[in-house]
Amino acid sequence: MTERKNTTSLTLLYDNIRWEEKAIYESARKRGIDITNVDCKDLILELDGPRYSNKIIIQRCVSYFKSLHSTAALEGLGASVINPLNTSIVCGNKLFTHMKLKNAGIKTPKVITTFSYEAALSALDVFGYPTIIKPTIGSWGRLIALLKDKDAAKAVIEDRQHMFPLYQIYYFEEFVDRPPRDIRAIVIGDTVVAAIYRYSENSEWKTNMALGGRAESCPITKELEDICIKSTQAVDGKIVGVDLMESSRDGLLVHEVNNTTEFKNTVRVTGVPIQDMIVDYSLQYN
Amino acid sequence: MVKCKECDAEIRIPDDSIEGEIVACPDCGSSYELVKGADGFSIKPSQLVGEDWGQ
Repeated sequence: MTERKNTTSLTLLYDNIRWEEKAIYESARKRGIDITNVDCKDLILELDGPRYSNKIIIQRCVSYFKSLHSTAALEGLGASVINPLNTSIVCGNKLFTHMKLKNAGIKTPKVITTFSYEAALSALDVFGYPTIIKPTIGSWGRLIALLKDKDAAKAVIEDRQHMFPLYQIYYFEEFVDRPPRDIRAIVIGDTVVAAIYRYSENSEWKTNMALGGRAESCPITKELEDICIKSTQAVDGKIVGVDLMESSRDGLLVHEVNNTTEFKNTVRVTGVPIQDMIVDYSLQYN
Repeated sequence: MVKCKECDAEIRIPDDSIEGEIVACPDCGSSYELVKGADGFSIKPSQLVGEDWGQ
């Protein structure tokens, strides 16, 4: 990457070209906007070298750690990265996100966290079953388990004892009584541009599209809009995907804010040209 | 058109392909990343799903 002074150009930083990256690239190219795709795997950054001021970078790495660290380096070198480093730090970690949402007065599922095997089992005696164990960092439903009783909890937590230390940060989330679906809302700047319901398939309780769920268009009500905007602001997000559940007891609960959100299914189901909106927003970002 | 490095089947590269895009072999399912060269696209094996992938 070389220094540019032209602020009407965009850089799309990727490590894999998925539907979303190609859609953003083609949206810009078709409208004559200067966009350069840069493979993060080819990037060589001198952290004490030339600055990248005036560069607007759309961060689209699917690898969280590549995304986080390349954002830190590029933002530190003066580039405007969407989303910014602080957003990536918070959104990439469910515990960090939970605390930001909670302190902003946004309803989230109840969570307890512990830092040892013994404390985890003791805490669950009080917190109760069923409960969900989640890694604080991770996506696509990986390593998320529904613990129906103490035997299940012991088995899963014992396994975690032999894994990377991150997995010994025990994060237990209440199992929310809700319809078999969740909501993914896409926020660009201060606008909720589209939302979908994500239904779980068959007996699967997880609703991640990566696990084969199906999607339907979701109306953007005033309540949904308010909670999504508030959540985006809580994490200082610019372009994010807000995930919500419809709790039968507590109404809309935000359980995640995604800083490199996927939106293929949202475009397919709603017809909203999110890729065009991302390009338009990014061009005005500084 | 390129040849799959696993099973030698032919993989069609769509006209609107861009560098970095993933293509899959229609016969064996192996995934490849497109690499642009002077003579058009070639392929290299793509990374399997990483532990930190997704959103």
